[in-house]
Amino acid sequence: MSTIFKSIDARPMPGSRSGPLAWLRVNLFFSAGSSLLSLGLLALGVWVLVASMDWAVLHAVFNANLQSCNELRGVGACWGVISEKGRLIVMGRYPEAEHWRPVIATALMLGVVVLSCMPRFWNKALPLLWGVMLAVYFVLMKGGFVGLTAVDTDQWGGFPLTVMLTVISMTLAFPLAIFVALGRRSSMPAIRTLCTLYVELIRGVPLITVLFMASFMLPLFMPEGVKIDVLLRVVVGITLFSAAYMAEVIRGGLQALPKGQTEAAATLGLSYWQVQRMIVLPQALATVVPSIMNTFIGLFKDTSLVTIVSLYELTGALGLALNSDADWRPFKIEAYLFITFIYFAFCFAMSRYSLWIEDRTAVSKVR
Amino acid sequence: MTSNATPLIEFKGVNKWYASNGYHVLRDVNLQFAKGEKVVICGPSGSGKSTLIRCINALEEYQEGTLTVDGTVLGDDLKGIDKVRREVGMVFQQFNLFPHLTVLENLILSPTWVAKMPRKEAIEKAMVQLERVRIVEHAHKYPLQLSGGQQQRVAIARALCLTPKIMLFDEPTSALDPEMIKEVLDVMIELTSQGMTMLCVTHEMGFAKAVADRVIFMDQGQVVEQAPPQQFFDSPQTDRAQDFLSKILGH
Repeated sequence: MSTIFKSIDARPMPGSRSGPLAWLRVNLFFSAGSSLLSLGLLALGVWVLVASMDWAVLHAVFNANLQSCNELRGVGACWGVISEKGRLIVMGRYPEAEHWRPVIATALMLGVVVLSCMPRFWNKALPLLWGVMLAVYFVLMKGGFVGLTAVDTDQWGGFPLTVMLTVISMTLAFPLAIFVALGRRSSMPAIRTLCTLYVELIRGVPLITVLFMASFMLPLFMPEGVKIDVLLRVVVGITLFSAAYMAEVIRGGLQALPKGQTEAAATLGLSYWQVQRMIVLPQALATVVPSIMNTFIGLFKDTSLVTIVSLYELTGALGLALNSDADWRPFKIEAYLFITFIYFAFCFAMSRYSLWIEDRTAVSKVR
Repeated sequence: MTSNATPLIEFKGVNKWYASNGYHVLRDVNLQFAKGEKVVICGPSGSGKSTLIRCINALEEYQEGTLTVDGTVLGDDLKGIDKVRREVGMVFQQFNLFPHLTVLENLILSPTWVAKMPRKEAIEKAMVQLERVRIVEHAHKYPLQLSGGQQQRVAIARALCLTPKIMLFDEPTSALDPEMIKEVLDVMIELTSQGMTMLCVTHEMGFAKAVADRVIFMDQGQVVEQAPPQQFFDSPQTDRAQDFLSKILGH
């Protein structure tokens, strides 16, 4: 005779583990040592907060009053420097009367970038939209026709320049990096060697050197009369630089993919490029989203190095605005905090987006 | 073997070495497979049986001899490889489904991109195959949401979507929990009644006895013995096969 199997119903885990009190106990006060550490850190936090509030708010000067700023130097912050110099910091050397142009152009560019971040807009119209956006962008920024005064590219500056360098370099570097990563795994020795050489060469050199070479050395090798715009040279420099790093990141993702995936795709009769596009890259890129975003964020901040070739993006424009003005120069810290806020806002947005897209691409991997 | 018609697959003095370490993995392989034949290939691990069937759809290349699949000699000619791959379906030990695509998308990928079939038609055909492997209700799930047995059945359906002439099975049940082996074998047994040519590397001797026309026993890259299952299991001719069978049937 056999016994009939009876299953036991599942029930919730015992003990109340929810609510703020339980959370505190589990996370902050689970032992004498941890309680001590928690309280110590809390005290430190409060002290830092009070001290900085004292400086940043209570004794701070909020209007552009140079006299009161000077009186409270070292005691309170002088936020007036932002209303006084903010415009110059954000816009750089772009002619003041034409500031509306970079504002519209940059807003347009960021708008298209935000759209491109949303998977629901990933369709055939997107490249077209980019084309239109870039055309409008450069017409607006450069001018010279349709009644707009011409503004030379070396006059572009401040935050619009930071955005433009980042967005264009990212957009160019990403596909380039994919090709280089695939190239390094190619079965053709010539392509493999070329890609390896490129990556190793670029990685062995600091970005400043690349920019310097692009800006000062390259024209020396150009034939007489051929002049490449400084902005273009810089964009190419940054693109080549980040693409090399990103290629290695992507190669890591390619390496992580089991060989069976490409074999299965090959047995289904798919061609090399079909396999890469539909099977390999979607999975490889999804695994390296955090590292790709790392490179992007790095690139965004590295644009500040273009000061070396006399282009004044956000950080450069700050120096430009304050170094030449002895009155306001002492309040550089406040100005740096201002651009810190701008950089942080954008970097933070990028990391949040990265987390979100990671989450999205992980859906299919959940068991 | 006994038929006088041209064989569908023919190995003539095939030798293969692994490029990475120079290991001589296939040694003087001479084999013929007739259309509609069901063949089980067995042997100890490292005997070259997986490599043998992987040569048939050019996942592996060989250095000596000739391998002809449905009139196409497999060599360096890429066009020939494309043609052969369309006629040969393959099922792997590790399923190798594409985890970022749903079950249905896995199935219609090749019909839409390789055979250029309209999407709607591809979906209809895919659903027929899913019905066949009894997995219709999971069509819109992702592979990793399914059990191993279900995944392997999806993999079989995916290979069938190209209506191949030849199906290769590379240890299709070796990665499965014992309880799931039967559901996959059942699907494979059902396929044998459709007249398709099947080559199966497996240690499922019950399956071999039930459906195979011929059993091939390999060791150290060589074909040691081949015979109808009854004869092979009852009276193996070589000591090596006797030893192998006593080990796998002993417990």
